[in-house]
Amino acid sequence: MLRTFRIGGIHPPENKLSAGKKIEVLATPKQVIIPLGQHIGAPAVAVVKKGDLVKVGTLLAKAGGFVSANIHSSVSGKVNKIDNALDASGYRRPAIYIDVEGDEWEASIDRTDTLVKECNLSSKEIIDKIAAAGIVGLGGATFPTQVKLMPPPGNKAEIVIINAVECEPYLTSDHSLMMEKAEQILVGVTLLMKAVNVNRAVIGIENNKPDAIAKMQQLAVNYPGVEIMPLKVQYPQGGEKQLIDAVIRRQVKSGALPISAGAVVQNVGTAYAVYEAVQKNKPLFERVVTVTGKALANPSNFLVRMGTPISCLIDAAGGLPENTGKIIGGGPMMGKALISAEVPVCKGSSGVLLLTKEESVRKPMRDCIRCAKCVGACPMGLNPTLLMSCTEFKNWELAEENHITDCIECGSCSFTCPANRPLLDQIRLGKGKVMGIIRARKS
Amino acid sequence: MILIAVISLGAIGAIGALLLYAASKKFEVYEDPRIAQVQAVLPGANCGGCGYPGCAGFAGACVKADSLDGMLCPVGGGPVMAKVATILGKEAGAAEPMVAVVRCNGTCQARPRTNQYDGTKSCAIASTLYGGETNCTFGCLGYGDCVKACNFGAIRINPETGIAEVDEEKCTSCGACVKACPKSIIELRKKGPKSRRIFVSCVNKDKGAVARKACSNACIGCGKCEKECPFGAVAVTNNVAYIDYTKCRMCRKCVAVCPTGAIHELNFPPRKEAAPAAPKAAAVKPAAPAAPKAAPKAEAIVEPKVSIQSPASAPTKE
Amino acid sequence: MENSLYVSPSPHIHGGDSISKNMYGVLIALIPAFLVSLYCFGLGALIVTATSVLACVIFEYLIQRFLMKKEPTLCDGSAILTGVLLAFNVPSNLPIWIILIGALAAIGIGKMSFGGLGNNIFNPALVGRVFLLISFPAQMTTWPVPDVFPMTYTDAETGATILSSLHEGGAPLPAMVDMLIGRIGGSLGEISAIALLLGFAFMLWKKIITWHIPVSILATVFVFTGILYLVNPTVYVNPFIHLLSGGLLLGSIFMATDYVTSPMSKNGMIVYGIGIGLLTAVIRIFGSYPEGMSFAILIMNAFTPLINSYIKPKHFGGK
Repeated sequence: MLRTFRIGGIHPPENKLSAGKKIEVLATPKQVIIPLGQHIGAPAVAVVKKGDLVKVGTLLAKAGGFVSANIHSSVSGKVNKIDNALDASGYRRPAIYIDVEGDEWEASIDRTDTLVKECNLSSKEIIDKIAAAGIVGLGGATFPTQVKLMPPPGNKAEIVIINAVECEPYLTSDHSLMMEKAEQILVGVTLLMKAVNVNRAVIGIENNKPDAIAKMQQLAVNYPGVEIMPLKVQYPQGGEKQLIDAVIRRQVKSGALPISAGAVVQNVGTAYAVYEAVQKNKPLFERVVTVTGKALANPSNFLVRMGTPISCLIDAAGGLPENTGKIIGGGPMMGKALISAEVPVCKGSSGVLLLTKEESVRKPMRDCIRCAKCVGACPMGLNPTLLMSCTEFKNWELAEENHITDCIECGSCSFTCPANRPLLDQIRLGKGKVMGIIRARKS
Repeated sequence: MILIAVISLGAIGAIGALLLYAASKKFEVYEDPRIAQVQAVLPGANCGGCGYPGCAGFAGACVKADSLDGMLCPVGGGPVMAKVATILGKEAGAAEPMVAVVRCNGTCQARPRTNQYDGTKSCAIASTLYGGETNCTFGCLGYGDCVKACNFGAIRINPETGIAEVDEEKCTSCGACVKACPKSIIELRKKGPKSRRIFVSCVNKDKGAVARKACSNACIGCGKCEKECPFGAVAVTNNVAYIDYTKCRMCRKCVAVCPTGAIHELNFPPRKEAAPAAPKAAAVKPAAPAAPKAAPKAEAIVEPKVSIQSPASAPTKE
Repeated sequence: MENSLYVSPSPHIHGGDSISKNMYGVLIALIPAFLVSLYCFGLGALIVTATSVLACVIFEYLIQRFLMKKEPTLCDGSAILTGVLLAFNVPSNLPIWIILIGALAAIGIGKMSFGGLGNNIFNPALVGRVFLLISFPAQMTTWPVPDVFPMTYTDAETGATILSSLHEGGAPLPAMVDMLIGRIGGSLGEISAIALLLGFAFMLWKKIITWHIPVSILATVFVFTGILYLVNPTVYVNPFIHLLSGGLLLGSIFMATDYVTSPMSKNGMIVYGIGIGLLTAVIRIFGSYPEGMSFAILIMNAFTPLINSYIKPKHFGGK
């Protein structure tokens, strides 16, 4: 019996169209747009100015606070301007425009393919290197990695859990990364274990990726303490709390951090980025992005430099299909609908999904029939239909009482609702309001 | 038989009455009778525009307060506050009539749509997702959160422009729409003498070129109005002009110089020669049956002092 | 704009479930029971069911169109389902005019007066049924004797149900096999245990309902009547007879599990099921009606909001 998390969950059609495709290196575009806010927390502060010449890997912007991350150039060339640009948030935010000239890398970066296994750095040094490289959670949450590796006082990490479940339908970037960079990932995992001083790590992989499970299992024997755990396919297993529950059978308390259950969860892509940063001195400026969609000619996995417009990726995968109705940054369950294909690839871009016009439009909503399918689907054990009406009627006390702030916005409720009710739309709004009320009460 | 029934029922009734009496005495809560009196003269809309939870809350606060300064029922306005003051034997604070103003003129023609929103029709939800259906990320979304918030039916979404519109006759300046608008487009402004107002009908903070591209009615932050204003009432910050209504003396010079027609004048009599620079001031209602000669005079004679009376009794300039 | 992109908050895909899918799923699950009743009651079963369904659909359409002035939502199948369930709960020789009154009560009072599907407090079909039971007790409690494709309708030969004979005492009990396959007297759709269980299995497989409500009802009735049977087997009957007789199976599988009127959380469903089970057994054994399923469900329907507000789903990371 394969493990999975114990409350709720759904199983949307997997549609992993680009599974098994090799990672292709995408050509650098003529101009990249690198937003200063690519992570959760304070935006980075630019350290270059208009006209500066930069190389691949040059620091462009410094972390703007404790919860923030450095940003490096993904290309060599000249800073054209620092101006507002439309990013995945749907708003215009500050970004650095760089005109590409050549492809000259910073000398410190080790560009060879040789696997470097040994690492004599201390925990502190590893974390510092990760912070310097600007690594954030690459699963899509973009939480700065170094912050997660420094547990607040009173908490002790016991285990590193690597999130390789890729529970979002369509996406295959982590899958392809595991197939091609398995050794590097495993070294990255040992580095993470060293960083938080634990001797056990579990890589959780859903069993719809048997090739990746086999490959990782075969290699993991050489890495003491690293264990591969196949998991039953269920969405949202990639949620931090769900994954901890699935792997070590501990439920993080409401409002608590995952570290309170002794677990540090990192994405498999993050582990790879950690390897590159620590062993190869390569900051985070490129990532694997899945470009997919049922109408797309050639769904692919690309290695993309940050700041490349999404339109370049779509062109490389066969061009924008005629009847495209929606471009989604990320997966279909939690991704963000984009208003333009000119939005740049950021650290959190795990995929680009094109939906056809027919797939894009929501069906008209009906009255709730109280079937409680959303209650059954909610992985946090909430009552989505109640929370939706709390928000509609602005009953914030009742919403708080019913743990609206625990919602992880996975969308399982809206997905299952037979009356097509936009449950998550309202709950997300209510969650924001209630969190604001709680913050105001505390201060 | 009948007797027994009568006696037993009577006894039950008597015991019940005693219990009720005892309970009402035992659990009685003293309430200042003036609260009920004050509440009786309040409009009873429970809009919360006064800043208290409903009319009962406001009545309680009025009774407790030492003076009525700063206490204002925006719905009832001066007359109601005067009544409250007589009940409580206090002085009513000065009441300045206000009205909600929608500071966006990005009509469907002026602001081309670049995408189609398919989520829940709520401004709050749409604005947490992205900037909106046009390239202007600051303008009115038109899903009517303000309409839902208004207890008086004083605001509606004009289906032709796609923008919220205030019915100033019905608006009580309770501020519910101001709180409801996630884009902070709606502002309470001084109603002005004869409901005459001048305001910048745009809140776009983008640079001029970007704003202009997104909406032909946008304020581009050119600063002409700021230079033109003889009273220092106009200030351009973050690429958008704002008219301070406490300083504005309604000379309308800024309206004339605005290149995009972003500055609106409301309820003024028509000018003698329609200024070609402001053809987009579509909201101008030439309703006031003013004599043509009044127009040129209006600039000069506008009362410099800030009126605190209701518009009906404002000094006439015609 | 023609080529503009759609934008909406996540999730961007939907499971494809719909109200009508669920309603038609329940209707499919009711087919075996209908076939059995067609076999046993013949023409009567057909006329009663057809009348009831048609009447419910027409009343729903008229009320939505002319009283509520809304777009009618007939396609979702909920009115058809109400009609079928109402028919299944009445004898197969019920005159048409009584069925029409029942349908009007079910749709008009039970459903539309609360605002339509999703807003009703009580199960509409049961509202109709209980309305008829109280208004027309004689017609509602004369049951045709099952036969092989009888072509009779209102002039069918009538007899007693197991529960009513138990209630009056004396009559011999039918064989368990007859109860399983449906060769017993009773309301149109309730006679065959096997057909109803088949429907239950189908709905579980299609994930239309969960097991919680039916199982907890049946278990409660079994345990409660079992205890009484153990105490005094001469007065109280075998609990298996209770399980298989009357509307217990039909009610617990198809009526108590009505989405709108049952609790949302799993634990709430179990409490609700236990309540129905207890009430049914109490009414059957100690009450003046031979059958208590409809009343039990309606009473627990009224408690559903209370159950919902006190019994919450198990919260992740909670106690």
